[in-house]
Amino acid sequence: MKRYSVFAVAREAMRQHSGWGRAWSNPEPKTSYDVIIIGAGGHGLATAYYLGKNFGITNLAVIEKGWLGGGNTGRNTTIIRSNYLQDASAALYEKSRSLYENLSQDLNYNVMFSPRGVMMLAQTQHEIRGYQRTAHANSLQGVSTEFIGPSRVKELCPIMNIDGPRYPVLGALWQPRGGSARHDAVAWGYARACSDMGMDILQQTEVMGIRQKNGNVVGVDTTRGNIACKKLGMVVAGHASVVAEMAGFKLPLESVPLQALVSEPIKPCMDVVVMANTVHGYMSQSDKGEMVIGGGTDGYNAYTQRGSFHHLEETVRALIETFPMVSRLKMLRHWGGIVDVTGDRSPILSKTPLGNTFINCGWGTGGFKAIPGSGWGFAELMANGESPLTAGFGLDRFRVGRFIDESVAAGVAH
Amino acid sequence: MLVLNCPYCGLDKDETELSAGGEAHLKRFGPGSSDEDFEGYLFERTNPKGLHFERWRCAFGCGKWFHAARCTATLEVFGTYKAQTLEPPKVIKDVITTKRPGWSWRNFS
Ligand SMILES: Cc1cc2nc3c(=O)[nH]c(=O)nc-3n(C[C@H](O)[C@H](O)[C@H](O)COP(=O)(O)OP(=O)(O)OC[C@H]3O[C@@H](n4cnc5c(N)ncnc54)[C@H](O)[C@@H]3O)c2cc1C
Ligand SMILES: [Zn+2]
Repeated sequence: MKRYSVFAVAREAMRQHSGWGRAWSNPEPKTSYDVIIIGAGGHGLATAYYLGKNFGITNLAVIEKGWLGGGNTGRNTTIIRSNYLQDASAALYEKSRSLYENLSQDLNYNVMFSPRGVMMLAQTQHEIRGYQRTAHANSLQGVSTEFIGPSRVKELCPIMNIDGPRYPVLGALWQPRGGSARHDAVAWGYARACSDMGMDILQQTEVMGIRQKNGNVVGVDTTRGNIACKKLGMVVAGHASVVAEMAGFKLPLESVPLQALVSEPIKPCMDVVVMANTVHGYMSQSDKGEMVIGGGTDGYNAYTQRGSFHHLEETVRALIETFPMVSRLKMLRHWGGIVDVTGDRSPILSKTPLGNTFINCGWGTGGFKAIPGSGWGFAELMANGESPLTAGFGLDRFRVGRFIDESVAAGVAH
Repeated sequence: MLVLNCPYCGLDKDETELSAGGEAHLKRFGPGSSDEDFEGYLFERTNPKGLHFERWRCAFGCGKWFHAARCTATLEVFGTYKAQTLEPPKVIKDVITTKRPGWSWRNFS
């Protein structure tokens, strides 16, 4: 792999950019691998990367039915934060946030991590109490967050109207080290690093079946033939129930569309990320100047990668009170992704009823922020059979009732 | 906009007039049942890509719960039926058979 650097840019500028080469290879499938990961989203690719980097496992294929990063990873609104309530979540998300800080250097790929600060608005008395509680929990967990008052909110985000008639801004949970990153670049950076370690990323290859023998996985059937493996990781987000069914088990998941939209690009006007959970809206400004807006999920199961129009309408309508300037913006594009939601709004990183088969799913509306940490922990789980980071997130928690309840604050958590 | 016909008031309802109630025909397990059954009833879901049977409520209409047979991949609606039944009625099954020959869902086919 050619390292990207200022010298590389200068060198290529001198020779009309003729020497860049492919970022990752496009190989033919081998007949067998030590490990197969299904799904080349951020979580699948990060898992592969840390399996190689931390455990030396590189005879590995990541199998993707579309193009890498084309699932939820390339469709999300890129909010990165770690101010969760429960200890198990805070550990996992904070590990992830801290890995993001050096990810560009680690991958030699600019993922444009921007720790510009994330604020979650309190617009009801209930939210004030909820976020104060989270701030206290975070200080015990070593996650730096702070509950701030309305005037500080206004100072950090002047375009906000804090005394709206219906939902005045009463304060906010502020995490200065949260922020955002470039979603595609996260997938591309991991893919490039995986390919460099000799792993195969097989795009346009759909897994259609899972082969088992004596209760253990032995391979997968794909649209490009059968491929054998010793260990299997399922990392397919919205399609987790579909792939689990191929292996013969059910999951505690529902798949629903979640939508986002962007406006026309405008001059810089907002340099923090704002989430307003009561009205189900959140907004940030991309480096291109577009206002990136997301809302709540649809109420019923669907796999269509587009949601109901009235949800977008509700999101934008809700944001207008708090951000009056939104009413003058033209919206350019909107799209949806299929998110996999669990009952306690926490992910599943787990062994499965099928031997040597592991599943990473249930990230729902909020797994972009977790990509590095999830990959780190899930790789350890796949390599060693256990990991302190993933310990509480097993499938067995639904049987024994040991939930990691993150649904308390609001139905949206991005 | 998803439109379902409420089998009680007989009217076509936009999804904004309805509320979704999740997977239909779940067998309820309570105290005294095995952990496995209880977990299955509370959490495990079919979540299929394709034909699905669901509970819906005519929330801003007559207020009654009913059932719908729907495709989660295309959003096609196969039909709706009243809630007082443990399995989809034959008319609904016949409609599905013409559109999705060889279908199966949980123990139904
Ligand atoms: C609109 C929207 C906004 C969001 N906003 C945020 C946010 O602000 N912050 C945040 O942290 N999170 C956010 N999320 C959630 C986040 O995007 C996801 O949790 C995360 O990207 C999931 O990554 P993944 O790698 O698990 O899944 P994906 O990126 O979806 O990757 C799974 C891959 O598996 C592939 N696949 C599926 N079935 C098969 C098969 N049979 N064979 C081969 N391949 C298969 C798919 O094609 C897909 O590429 C948002 C999501 C959406 C949709
Ligand atoms: Zn009705």
